[in-house]
Amino acid sequence: MEMPRPDDRILSRKVDLVDRLVRLVGRGAVIDDPAAIRAYECDALTAYRCPPLCVVLPETTEAVAAVLHLCHEERVPVVPRGSGTSLSGGALPTADCVLLGLARMNRVLEIDTVNRFVRVEAGLTNLAVTRAVEEAGFFYAPDPSSQLACAIGGNVAMNSGGAHCLKYGVTTNNLMGVRMVLMDGTVVDLGGPVFDAGGLDLLAVVCGSEGQLGVVTEATLRILPRAEDARPVLIAFSSNEVAGACVSDIIRAGVLPVAIEFMDRPCIAACEAFAQAGYPECEALLIVEVEGSPAEIDDQLTRIRSIAARHDPVEFRAARDADEAARIWLGRKSAFGAMGQINDYLCLDGTIPVSELSAVLAGISTLAKDAGLQVANVFHAGDGNMHPLILYDANSPGELEKAERLGADILRLCVAAGGCLTGEHGVGVEKRDLMEVQFSAEDIEAQMRVKDVFDPHWLLNPAKVFPLGASRARRIA
Amino acid sequence: MLRPADEAELAEALRSASAPLHVRGGGTRASPARDGAEALLTAGLGGVVLHEPGAMTLVARAGTPLDEVTAVLAAEGQRLPFEPPDLRGLLGRDGVSTIGGVVAANASGPARVRLGAARDHLLGMRLVDGEGRVIRNGGRVMKNVTGYDLARLMAGSQGRLGVLTEVSLRVMPRPETEVTLCRRGLSPAAAVSAMARALASPFEVTGAAHDPRDGGRTFLRIEGFAASVAYRTGLIEAILRGDPAPSDIERIEAAASSRVWADLGGVAAFAGREGDVWRLSVVPGDAAGLVARLPDGACWLMDWGGGLVWALCAEGTDLRAVLRPYTGHATLVRAALSTIAALGMEEPRAPAVAALTAGLRAKFDPRGILAGAG
Repeated sequence: MEMPRPDDRILSRKVDLVDRLVRLVGRGAVIDDPAAIRAYECDALTAYRCPPLCVVLPETTEAVAAVLHLCHEERVPVVPRGSGTSLSGGALPTADCVLLGLARMNRVLEIDTVNRFVRVEAGLTNLAVTRAVEEAGFFYAPDPSSQLACAIGGNVAMNSGGAHCLKYGVTTNNLMGVRMVLMDGTVVDLGGPVFDAGGLDLLAVVCGSEGQLGVVTEATLRILPRAEDARPVLIAFSSNEVAGACVSDIIRAGVLPVAIEFMDRPCIAACEAFAQAGYPECEALLIVEVEGSPAEIDDQLTRIRSIAARHDPVEFRAARDADEAARIWLGRKSAFGAMGQINDYLCLDGTIPVSELSAVLAGISTLAKDAGLQVANVFHAGDGNMHPLILYDANSPGELEKAERLGADILRLCVAAGGCLTGEHGVGVEKRDLMEVQFSAEDIEAQMRVKDVFDPHWLLNPAKVFPLGASRARRIA
Repeated sequence: MLRPADEAELAEALRSASAPLHVRGGGTRASPARDGAEALLTAGLGGVVLHEPGAMTLVARAGTPLDEVTAVLAAEGQRLPFEPPDLRGLLGRDGVSTIGGVVAANASGPARVRLGAARDHLLGMRLVDGEGRVIRNGGRVMKNVTGYDLARLMAGSQGRLGVLTEVSLRVMPRPETEVTLCRRGLSPAAAVSAMARALASPFEVTGAAHDPRDGGRTFLRIEGFAASVAYRTGLIEAILRGDPAPSDIERIEAAASSRVWADLGGVAAFAGREGDVWRLSVVPGDAAGLVARLPDGACWLMDWGGGLVWALCAEGTDLRAVLRPYTGHATLVRAALSTIAALGMEEPRAPAVAALTAGLRAKFDPRGILAGAG
């Protein structure tokens, strides 16, 4: 993976820049010691690392604005960072950048259960939002699997999803407003605690723009009343194809589960060995979770059971109590850890139309065989968001590259099936150079024109999202 | 009048235009043409391209009549979850709404309070910008963060950045049944509070509105499988009853319930009546305080639990001044030309936001071909 050559003129001015940053935000908010900086050299895409020029950890919107204004005047690139949990390298620094971390901006500013919103600082973790409102009977719906650690600012930047999007949508559907600082230091408020902002929906394009349009410092989030109860069932099948058809039929029948998770045989085997969840011997497994009162749950599960019966399941296992529910989720929730026990892995994030599930799974299996690598599949089937995990050995020379090539082939397959490169992890640096698989030059140009408006000098997180070749002229201008 | 038959012809029409065009879907919502602007109709770009009930997705060309989309979905027991309102009566228009027009206006009805707006269900689009460039964004899958979300930027843009040629939407199952509870006699403040309690309950209320006429009627809608609706209706009824507990709560079932919400969404109460019509977007809890400040003789209606207030006032009244102490904004929906000239249809934006908007328009429509949009 290529990154732009750092700008020597910036590297040579490090001491002066650090000095000026210290004057703006105080010594305690600037890290320039090479050893301490290393903590920021990568995010959760750990295959790529590069220490930044320095790190700034502001505590207020005003401080963020001052830092951005200085960097804008000095033409120094800025890479924003929430908690650094990006799986696509969204917070990967360059050697000539100021890394702007939001970790110290983690306060809950306002909780309004009457009007059903909260206003929080962007460094607050996703789970902390739900924790702040759960006593009042509410929750914040997007639940990426990193929710214990990931920051709301990062969620907004990546338009993060989670397992329960089928019913509740992703970040963009639960985000009502942001306070954001543009690269030149201007503070803007987009949206707010009302349904419509009026005029162009700028919030819509900011959400998911991977920190390239501005630095979000506060977010107004919709909170939802928690359902009376929830219960999962496990349905085992003798083939991926049958499991895929069952997903489609459940959705078609008008039952709207909160989650439909899918695991294939390699993944089931790994999870079983790791967590002993007691999963049945089968080719494919669905975990379907429904919500409501106990009677409503029973009614929905009866409907799901009769749909599943048409597909001749190997087993249909309903949780009778909280303990059984936890056991059904246990294997699924330990999937990534289980795969990590076996080997290093790359986690892909392509999304496909649900109708293409079995064809794409068969295609992945063929590609994996040809590449001589093992792939396990665990994903959010209800919304077609796949997570193929490619196993490889990082210590064996050339294996990472081989795994990356297979990953690219799998993503091409997803796009060809009518899907996309990334459902919830973002493009970052990881899928940057595959954008042309999904988009024409004109499509990419249109997106880059939006960045031209928000950040005319291309200083914010500049080497991400767009193929380097496509953005080169703008980045060096 | 231009009536391109496909996207390529539409692109050519925009490329070769030398003066602003007046782009129209069905003409049911768009503002009237500016003097002399040639009309460009999208009606030639029609047809449902794809409907996959098992994936809850629909792809349709922008000029497809809304009724056609609704019928295709209904045949498979599905619907557009955002309940696009029919404003023809209010605006005194006839004609047929198109799906492209609905998305360009982000036209979303009472169900928005629970199920989201058109923009929330938009998965992707094709668009021709003011320079005639064809742009594709998003796709037809529910989770997609590949590149910037230009599709949602276009929802509600009123065609200011380009002309939609195709939209891809998330659709949802049509509920087996619905019931509306109507409670009479609540004051505006009590109604807002009752709606807030219902919306904060786990019973998934898909409509919460208040009409002050006839002594005040507060409406709450519950949808789903019959057994679940019966259960939830009972619990919502208890919330509505509140205390003191006089109980004049009517249950309106099935088709009659649908009619209640079609009228509320379409603001039938103001149709054919003189005056300017305003749409006030406010924090729900502020709605009662706001309506108390409306000038004498003004009529109003609350939807979205109070988050949307429709107001009918004497021509020329500046409701933005009334709204000023509150968070939110006011848009003119139907008004005398003199009101529009004096106040503008939309509330002015903060300078930095206005600059970003102007910057985007300059990028997507540098020659101002779509300048009359919205």
